[in-house]
Amino acid sequence: MMALWDWFTDPANWTGSNGIPVRFAQQMGITLIAMAIAMVIALPLGVYLGHKGKGGFLAINVGNVGRAVPTFGLLMIFAAWAPIGVGNLAAIIALIIFAIPPLLTNAYIGVRDVDEEVRGAARGMGFSGLLMLRKVELPNAVPLIAAGIRTSTVQVVATASLAALVGGGGLGVYVVEGFAIQDDTLLIAGAILTAVLAISVDLVLALIQRRVTPRGLTLEQAAIEEMA
Amino acid sequence: MPFFGSAVLAAETTVESAPNPWLSWSYVTSHTEQLLQAGQEHILLTLTAVALAIVIAIPLGILVRRYPRWESPVLALGGVLYTIPSLALISVLWPVFGLSPWTVVVALALYALLVVLRNTVVGLKGVPPDAVDAARGMGYSKVAILWKVEFPLALPTIIAGIRIATVSTVGLVTIGALVGYGGFGSLIYSGFLQNFWHAQIMTATLACVLLAIVLEILLQIAERLLTPWARSAREA
Repeated sequence: MMALWDWFTDPANWTGSNGIPVRFAQQMGITLIAMAIAMVIALPLGVYLGHKGKGGFLAINVGNVGRAVPTFGLLMIFAAWAPIGVGNLAAIIALIIFAIPPLLTNAYIGVRDVDEEVRGAARGMGFSGLLMLRKVELPNAVPLIAAGIRTSTVQVVATASLAALVGGGGLGVYVVEGFAIQDDTLLIAGAILTAVLAISVDLVLALIQRRVTPRGLTLEQAAIEEMA
Repeated sequence: MPFFGSAVLAAETTVESAPNPWLSWSYVTSHTEQLLQAGQEHILLTLTAVALAIVIAIPLGILVRRYPRWESPVLALGGVLYTIPSLALISVLWPVFGLSPWTVVVALALYALLVVLRNTVVGLKGVPPDAVDAARGMGYSKVAILWKVEFPLALPTIIAGIRIATVSTVGLVTIGALVGYGGFGSLIYSGFLQNFWHAQIMTATLACVLLAIVLEILLQIAERLLTPWARSAREA
């Protein structure tokens, strides 16, 4: 315990290229790049499939099969593949693949499951096509899409620690070094940092999720919970 | 016997002296024993972790259902455990259990706990009050209602949770390679460390996916056998 305290209060661990701020920035950088690319791929596709009401088999099974693919294996495959090689890029690509399933499935289900009566009412008001998507389907799908983004981001920021195994950066470096030199303090300090980061990201995203959910939908959800 | 993009392989063979195919049947035949051993370890680690999660989560779910006051705090704690990176869980448990399979099993059980717990709670909540009322009217005791009415009706949701937990655990076991107990993950990692041995990394990764699919199918069959009434409803 004292050793941990000493580690966290040692100024040397807060400066330089192996300092906590740099490792933290690397972890966030890997996460943000992977999430941005995954969202650009998965969200439009999921929303489009949900809007057309087609491709449900694809959208849902990508989710199921995706869960079965070990990210650890993907990471090693990309890092061992000469065109990519060791480093952060291998981690980013593995994490993009890891992030897509929840994003895709939630965007698809969110848009597809918009209440038929809501759609009917909008149709009666002359909404169709893109207008229907923008004004009716997307706002109604926001809670599920936001939930998908939150789930994905938390898993990605947690898993980004694995980058250190293939010569990348991030907070996982402490864990991997701790294992390598059998240093419990370093190992646990790294574990604490990655855990605190993942939990903080989850809390921040939970707040944002509440913020972006349209008012009418939160009221409706509260009512359903009360009835149950 | 390379299948994996000849252009890529051509580029690589110019860098490396020996060919290093991703898919090689001769790797599988010459390393059958290691693969089977890794598979056995992988299955054992997965099943022990999921079993441990079930043994804790289902009674906890039933308790939480009886005492709803505890529902939010218990689910929140499960949520925190689920959010902690599995690498961090393994690291924290390592000084406790050392280089033992329990480091991996306990970390993964804690991780699988939330999924089974949440589905148990949701499943029990979804039991129609009418069914419980009818059983009470027939003179069933509280315990009998739980075992003969509520639990069977919640079973499909609980098994769905176990399926998700099992498939994710199969993938996460690979990280156990760091402490020497990773099943196929140990092969993946040692393949990576042994000069990027493509065949070993790829074969072990595919074996891992295959194992997840097989377990998923077996659990689907188990679900059908355990809930015959749901089948007759499906067929009707």
